[in-house]
Formats: sequence, structure tokens, C-alpha cells
Amino acid sequence: MSEPASPGDLGEYRPLSYFQLMEVSLRELLVEKGVLTEAEVNAALEDMRARGPEAGARVVARAWSDAAFKTRLLENGTRACEEFGLDVPALRLVVVENTPAVHNVIVCTLCSCYPRMLLGLPPDWYKSRNYRSRVVREPRAVLAEFGLRIAEDMQLRVHDSTADMRYLVLPVRPAGTEGWSEDRLAAIVTRDCMIGVAVPRVDTAGSGP
Amino acid sequence: MPQVAARPQYRTDHPSVPVRFAPGDRVRVRRTFPLGHIRTPYYIRGHAGVVERLCGSFPVPEELAQMRNGLPAQPLYRVRFVQREVWPDYRGGRDDVIEIEIFQHWLEAA
Repeated sequence: MSEPASPGDLGEYRPLSYFQLMEVSLRELLVEKGVLTEAEVNAALEDMRARGPEAGARVVARAWSDAAFKTRLLENGTRACEEFGLDVPALRLVVVENTPAVHNVIVCTLCSCYPRMLLGLPPDWYKSRNYRSRVVREPRAVLAEFGLRIAEDMQLRVHDSTADMRYLVLPVRPAGTEGWSEDRLAAIVTRDCMIGVAVPRVDTAGSGP
Repeated sequence: MPQVAARPQYRTDHPSVPVRFAPGDRVRVRRTFPLGHIRTPYYIRGHAGVVERLCGSFPVPEELAQMRNGLPAQPLYRVRFVQREVWPDYRGGRDDVIEIEIFQHWLEAA
């Protein structure tokens, strides 16, 4: 008898789902009609896959280090990112600032709008019905499930990303990071901190310059 | 790095209907349930809030979804709602808020 394929490796054959079939059909039609080429589709996918939360973390680290940049970032997120030299096509960014009295968290209840240009592809939980439906009506319970407890006397602001803007949370710079370089600061700014389901922790920083 | 061409809807200078509301204005989301592709969540329809900022004017999503150009564009606002007014059983601080982007044609003065 031959070896069975390990689960998740070769996988089982499954027919395409409705939406997969629609995607393949639409893509093939667009190529056939000369609207797009396969190479352009692949280039767009590669561009998306190459993006990760590092760009967002660099923006946060700069805002922590440069008060004038932070002011410009809160006024017009897109312009500040462009000034910072980031390639963020089509991004219209609203940056919301956490303070000792205010915590912000981002969701898109209608689909899964996400600042991909700065954070890369969204995590699966961000797209889940569970997160999308619950974080708007019981945000404190959802954040507690992420291990984040928001003090009773803090204001919690949920941002539902329903239309053309995309959102990034500017976390509070943690104590104990005085004198750190921007690179070292960026290392403690995780994807989840910029969605607002976590806050940066110094003990995760490791050693650095 | 391959460049992805900017699409026309990413322009920001669309001809728009006049702006009706300013930050601080109290507005109510229309309580209506048309069919189609709509970017106004069900849970906020009928609720009143305060304009937090004007985001600019953008082509109308209901029209874009029908392959039309969505012009004239509609002003888009961020509107702030008090959570305890949105969810009667809300558990959390009385200052907790939810902020949502809503197009002008979905808003009336409150």
C-alpha cells in the first residue's frame, strides 16, 4: 500500500466553492478579453503578499519619536505616510490615538476593510463573523478574550470601517522605552497593537540597538 | 516592485453635491432598508449621533455596485454614536462610543 498523503500537505480533492469558481471565471474572462494579463494579476498578488505589518510599525515608531510627525499623522494619515516615503497606493488613512484615557479598536462589520498597504493581509479572525459582529456590541468582552482588559473608567472607541477610509491605531508608547531607537521601538509594535486588540509590551522587545 | 495602476475611484476631486453638515452637528441615520450594495450597517439605522469629521466626497457605493459612475459624489462623514444608545443592553462605560463612516444621503439633521 502506498503512503497516505499527510493531512494539509497534498490535501484532499474538493470541488471549487461558489466564490472560488466565480473568481476563476472572472479572472479568466478578464484575461481572455484583454482587460488584464496573467502577469498583472500575479504582480498584484505578489505586491499584496510582500506587505506586512512592518510598515505600520515604522510609522508608529516615527510618531512616538517625532511630535511634529505625530501631529501631521493624526491630521492626515495618508499625506504623512507618503511624506515618510511609504508606497501606499489608494490608501486613505485615519490614525486614531490611544491615550491613558482612551482606547481604540478597529473593525469592518460589513466585510473586512483593513489598511493592507500598511499591515499586509488581515488575520483570519479579523474577517470572522464572530469578531465582526461582537466587537461592536460587546467590545470589552471581545478584548478580554484577546487578553486585553480595558479599565472601567477608560473610554472605549470602536471604529467601524464601513466605506472609503482605512484605520490604524496609534498605541501609547510604553514606559521603559526612553531613548530607544526607532528600529527598536518598531519591534514592539505588533499587528494586533495597530488593530487595537493588544497594546505594546516592553517585555516582548528582546535586545536591540 | 510592480506597480498597480491607480483606479479612477481613488481620485479625490470628484464633482460632489454640497456639504450639509459640519463637525459637531447632530445627525440621524435614515431608517430605511433598500435592496442592493449598501455601506450603512443595519444596526445603526435610525440612530442619532454627532459628526466627528468630514472625510471628503466619494462616488456613491450603491451606484458603483450597479456599474454606474456614482457621480455626483456624496460627502462622507465619520459619525460618533454613544454605545448605550445603540445597544440597550450595552455593558461598558457610559462614555464608550462607536464611530462609523456614513454618506450624506443616509443622514438627516437631528
